[in-house]
Amino acid sequence: MPRLSVWFIHASLIYLLTGFLLGALMLANNGVEFIPSAWALLPAHVEFLLAGWIMQLALGTAYWILPRHTRGLARGSAELGWLSFGLFNLGVLLAASSGLLSGAFQFAGRVLEVLAAGLLLALIWPRIKAYGA
Amino acid sequence: MPLLTRLWIKTALVYFVLGLLLGILLAGQSAGIIRLPVQGLFPSYIHFLAVGWISQLIIGVVFWMFPKYSQQKPRRSDALGWVTYVSLNLGLALRLVGEPLHSTTQAAWAGWLMAGSALLLLAAGVAFVINTWGRVKEK
Repeated sequence: MPRLSVWFIHASLIYLLTGFLLGALMLANNGVEFIPSAWALLPAHVEFLLAGWIMQLALGTAYWILPRHTRGLARGSAELGWLSFGLFNLGVLLAASSGLLSGAFQFAGRVLEVLAAGLLLALIWPRIKAYGA
Repeated sequence: MPLLTRLWIKTALVYFVLGLLLGILLAGQSAGIIRLPVQGLFPSYIHFLAVGWISQLIIGVVFWMFPKYSQQKPRRSDALGWVTYVSLNLGLALRLVGEPLHSTTQAAWAGWLMAGSALLLLAAGVAFVINTWGRVKEK
């Protein structure tokens, strides 16, 4: 597994844990109230699990497992891959910042997520190919 | 394919169907076609699809296909895998019972079912991450 995929997948596991922790706090609090403002955690819970966990795991696994280039760099530009990783995670954190930062930061977070995903899709797109191609 | 993976994937498929059926019930209630005896099913609908279906399918495939932890313990710990499987599915089942009953009746015991469900789901996430972390490694 390439180092970039290790980082993508480890980050996705951290988001899984964090997202489950936030969800568990809200669910338990809904049954037996102990944090009156727990529902403020909902945007971060959703963002961490949908983007941070599921999407990021898919991106990291695709970068690892799709057929490699037969000439040149096996998985394309590593720099672009790392840029995608950095932008995506900054995007997730900003998009999850509802209640902490103004709406402009959540907007910027979504834009960064799309840019990051676009970069990684550009890297893996030519690796989706027929046998021997 | 290991036994746990078969269980995870088949259970994920069951949740997929149950999630879609819950979606029908909720849409029918919104349209006034169906009158449900309980409230508060929407979170279960979302979590059946996002956790019971998609996440559980991912967990099963990761347990099966990710790099070996070691030659002696290729999938690290079956015990942690079972903890993940049982906690996740018991947690989702408790949620399906506790949350609508709490929304409808405000019964304290139903609230405690939700708290139990929260602990079980969190335990499932922790067990899965512990068992998987060391298998995500450079070749």
